[in-house]
Amino acid sequence: MNTWAVMKRILKQFKRDKRSVALMIVAPMLVLTLMWLVLDADDQTLEVALVDVPDQVEQQLDDDSAEWLDLSLSEAEKSLEEGNIDAMLQWEEGAPLLTVEGSSPTTGGEVQKVLSSAFSSGAQPEMQVEFWHGTDSHGLFDYVGPVLIGFFVFFFVFIVGGVSFLRERTQGTLERLLATPIQRRELVFGYLGGFGIFTIIQSIIIAAFSIYILQVYMTGNFFYVIVVTFLLALTALSLGTLLSAFAKNEFQLIQFIPLVIIPQVFFSGLFPTEGMASWLQAIGKIMPLTYGAEALRGIMLRGEGLAGIQFDIYILIGFSILFTTLNIFALKRHRSL
Amino acid sequence: MDAILQLKDISQQFNQRNILNNIEFDIQKGEIFGLLGPSGAGKTTLVKMMTGTLVPTEGQVFMNGEQIPSLEQMKKYGFMAQSDALYQELTAYENLDFFGSLYKMSKTYRKKRISEVMEMVDLSGHLHQPVETFSGGMKRRLSLAAALMHEPELIILDEPTVGIDPVLRQSIWNELQRLKEKGITIVVTTHVMDEAEKCDRLALLREGEVIALNTPSQLKETIGVASIEEVFLHYGGGNQ
Ligand SMILES: Nc1ncnc2c1ncn2[C@@H]1O[C@H](COP(=O)(O)OP(=O)(O)OP(=O)(O)O)[C@@H](O)[C@H]1O
Ligand SMILES: [Mg+2]
Repeated sequence: MNTWAVMKRILKQFKRDKRSVALMIVAPMLVLTLMWLVLDADDQTLEVALVDVPDQVEQQLDDDSAEWLDLSLSEAEKSLEEGNIDAMLQWEEGAPLLTVEGSSPTTGGEVQKVLSSAFSSGAQPEMQVEFWHGTDSHGLFDYVGPVLIGFFVFFFVFIVGGVSFLRERTQGTLERLLATPIQRRELVFGYLGGFGIFTIIQSIIIAAFSIYILQVYMTGNFFYVIVVTFLLALTALSLGTLLSAFAKNEFQLIQFIPLVIIPQVFFSGLFPTEGMASWLQAIGKIMPLTYGAEALRGIMLRGEGLAGIQFDIYILIGFSILFTTLNIFALKRHRSL
Repeated sequence: MDAILQLKDISQQFNQRNILNNIEFDIQKGEIFGLLGPSGAGKTTLVKMMTGTLVPTEGQVFMNGEQIPSLEQMKKYGFMAQSDALYQELTAYENLDFFGSLYKMSKTYRKKRISEVMEMVDLSGHLHQPVETFSGGMKRRLSLAAALMHEPELIILDEPTVGIDPVLRQSIWNELQRLKEKGITIVVTTHVMDEAEKCDRLALLREGEVIALNTPSQLKETIGVASIEEVFLHYGGGNQ
């Protein structure tokens, strides 16, 4: 099976080319860590005011995780207004109500994390969350984390996949290959397979790193995160190999980045798109990262299951099939058969 | 004798420029066929048509009677391109193993052939060395080895001896003669005159036209000169 031969060769090349492996695995982790440090660097102890909180609840609160202050409602509201405390926990009609200060993008998520771990022991009614300033329900890094995981995987797989397929042409091996009985689709599938195996490993490492080490907010199923990340990588790979057909050299391939990669970031949910003109929103709809990021946010922030993300999954598979088919077609330029 | 390759009224244009004009000849089974011509004459272009990677703007190419490109015929020839097409980070062994596996050769057969062809091109000592550490001539020889891997009945070589020293060049030609004795057809392009003499038949290519085609001795005899160089000058020099 020629597809298998190509796959094996690509994996062997990976083994020799430690630098590209590092670029695809270490670079996303490094950049994610940097983002995390920038967005999530608040290491001050949290200060939370407790207003009329029942004693037995107060006993459940862990002294190490935050500083708990017993205040009256007016004192607490004044402190919130002045930004002296990070949040206020009230008891209203037997249910907890949390008011987050909200001007710092990251503390809200942290307070919720601390409280939900404290409450998880007893059967407490659902906690309501309000914001003194702003309305965001998660920390900034929690919110952009899923998008960033998707984006960095997409970005680095696009570059490495595109460049290695391009090199096949610049070093003359593509022409040489097409003078053997290999079929065009066997070559393209070989690339998908070889890189595919590699990107599965990459997806697992990067997702695990973000979720378990950087502790990006995550309520959903880890397996779904891997699936979506992998599909996104596959889309990036098929797009990269397709576009490499339209580049004469590595430099020209890099020129595609501001054209096809950067705009995807704008529509991926890092910035609100609701207010945009409908034709602008339509642009977002033709971009793979929009769907990948939407699915990842669904899983990680809202704990969505298969039902919630299957549409995005189908679209990503559709993109991969489309780009792959176009690539097989584009290779006709080098051999009509 | 049967024709293994037939070129029928081939013309090629690149960007409205005529590169090849009405080329028509057959290559017979079992001969060493040389394509001799100066740089830019269109040798590589013609070779690409023989391998099926370039479809001529006009005319057809047949291999064993079947019009190419055809996946069936792709199995039948071995090709060595003008520029080395090798995977730099892989070893010589891995390169040959990969190309061999594209022809559905079994693992043991590949192994046996790898040591045979590496012996032929005198690279046995460098089996497990990455290609990026090879010298230019070594890469050239490895490319030749890759073309011979699957024991094809037709071998198409685009300037196989460029960058190879005279001693080694001699041994490669001896190898080609040995292959010919086994009944293998060899198409070779060159712009080296003394190599041209070693071919059974020779096509002189100049500015996209075949200006003469015959055995080297008959080419010389017809116009009464002593070397192929003079033959070339005779046909080419007049309308320069
Ligand atoms: N893809 C292409 N596009 C445009 N012109 C081309 C292309 N390929 C070849 N040519 C032109 O065709 C002519 C013949 O090129 P070719 O490579 O066949 O020469 P050659 O005889 O092999 O020369 P050399 O001995 O230097 O290898 C040249 O003028 C070259 O510029
Ligand atoms: Mg040439």
